[in-house]
Amino acid sequence: MSKTIVEKIFSHKSDRDVKANDVVLVDVDLAMAQDGTAPLAIRAFEEMDMDVENPDDIKLVIDHISPSKSEGASELHIKMREFAEENNIELYDVGEGVCHQLMLENHAEPGELIIGADSHTCTYGAVGAFATGVGSTDMGAALATGKLWFKVPETIKITVDGELPQNVSPKDIILQVAGDLGADGALYQALEFRGSTIKNLSIPRRATITNMAIEAGAKTAIVEPDQKTEDYTNKKPPKWLYSNKNANYIKEISYKAENIEPKIAKPHQVDNVVDVNKVAGTKIDQVVLGSCTNGRFEDLKRAAKILEGNQIDNDVRFLIFPASKNVYKRAVDEGLIDIFIDSGATVCNPGCGPCPGTHMGLLAPGERALATTNRNFKGRMGSTEAEVYLGSPETAAYSGIKGEIFNPGGK
Amino acid sequence: MKFKGKVWKYSDDVSTDAIIPGKYKFDTLDMDKLARHAMEGIDPNFYEKINEGDLIVAGENFGCGSSREQAPLVIKHAGISCVIAESFSRIFYRNAINVGLPILKIPNVTEIVEEGDKVKADIEEGEVVNLSNDQSLKGEKLSEFMLKILKFGGLSKYIKNQGGFVWPTK
Repeated sequence: MSKTIVEKIFSHKSDRDVKANDVVLVDVDLAMAQDGTAPLAIRAFEEMDMDVENPDDIKLVIDHISPSKSEGASELHIKMREFAEENNIELYDVGEGVCHQLMLENHAEPGELIIGADSHTCTYGAVGAFATGVGSTDMGAALATGKLWFKVPETIKITVDGELPQNVSPKDIILQVAGDLGADGALYQALEFRGSTIKNLSIPRRATITNMAIEAGAKTAIVEPDQKTEDYTNKKPPKWLYSNKNANYIKEISYKAENIEPKIAKPHQVDNVVDVNKVAGTKIDQVVLGSCTNGRFEDLKRAAKILEGNQIDNDVRFLIFPASKNVYKRAVDEGLIDIFIDSGATVCNPGCGPCPGTHMGLLAPGERALATTNRNFKGRMGSTEAEVYLGSPETAAYSGIKGEIFNPGGK
Repeated sequence: MKFKGKVWKYSDDVSTDAIIPGKYKFDTLDMDKLARHAMEGIDPNFYEKINEGDLIVAGENFGCGSSREQAPLVIKHAGISCVIAESFSRIFYRNAINVGLPILKIPNVTEIVEEGDKVKADIEEGEVVNLSNDQSLKGEKLSEFMLKILKFGGLSKYIKNQGGFVWPTK
């Protein structure tokens, strides 16, 4: 029976042949919740009146309000710490980093079935896992039973071949795809990324692409594992973990990397995507470099290369949030932090920063930000009267220097 | 499960950031308190103007964005009896059922319902009847399993009552 990689993971987990649209109850290999969702998950779990089924497979992360911005948030953090302690669950506390980067660095493995109480859990498809975002009560059910039910998704095959032009990055690929598919263009479906361009990307750069699958409504995104996956995860991918040549896809889309231009998602929709050229010259008040989309070492390095020897525009606040402690440390070791400080940027602690609209750089009415994050909805990063433009680290760095949106390259 | 009430109408792609802005949701688990900010990102007077039992009718991809379960919870706690949309984001759809907020997916529903109309929603039948103009539409019925969770009042009560997932469902 020919299967997509997603159908193979669900077949493996169910111990029988399953195909798209089958509904299955399966064991969850890893379940993660962050401080925006864990407190409700704990409450739902307590209402279920059960014990934690597999504490080793549960991870909690404090990253969305990290460090806490208020007494209320601090109390919710205490609730998480106490729950983790009582149930022998590993918790990543303030300063460790963004949940998705921590799961990638430390836990996610090819072929696993992973849930996270955060919509960007789809990120771990970068290492060949099936990973999807759920709500707090589903997380509570996974705590109590170690299982969750799923409808096996259909898959859209997206092939990207060729070499990306100078200063065009994986962020531009996924913005192109999100713009083409639309915000609900892949609802309930999985995106499988293939092709020489994807193969040539490192795992952290593949993760920028898989991270934003949800912005097209997708249940997840996945990249077939290879030697890079094995090296990154220290885990040999299972032999069955690939899509059959004649697997059944609901749709197939192909791109030539050479034709992809630097992209921007304009306010207030992630699928409102245009070439950077179309909005070049738009004045900005703040740049945010970081997040589970673009806060990895390679993102910081590309931005640093552009910022080196230059000054951030006087009217721009340039905020940097490394995605994890490891990323931060490597950025210190390799001199990136010096470059950032010398250029006038502000380096903040690892965590989500202002991306989810909680703290550390919220926008006033009328202000405009260029961010490497993944959402630009009305009110996402502060005022509902503020504007957020989404772009790549390269676009962010140049725009910070110029004080306005600037096209970093392309053809 | 049937609900009758007045309609508040919204367009496509209402995000969870519009339903409950991130700046509020991280401070408390008190949903009655959070509910005062329900829909604030798109309709700042929502909480004041609605009455217990009113319904929301919306376009496509309702509840897109983050996985925050506070979104269906604040809608429920604000007093909305049922959300009818042309389509829902996947996570919101699941979360709504899991917290016991009745929802109906009815394509083209925005074409027969205007704000202020009185409608009747029938969850089992997957049907909406506009009592103001006598038009009706049928949409997607909930799966039997999801209907069961909804009738228990949400997934937590289902799990507590059943001691886990009962599978296969039939």
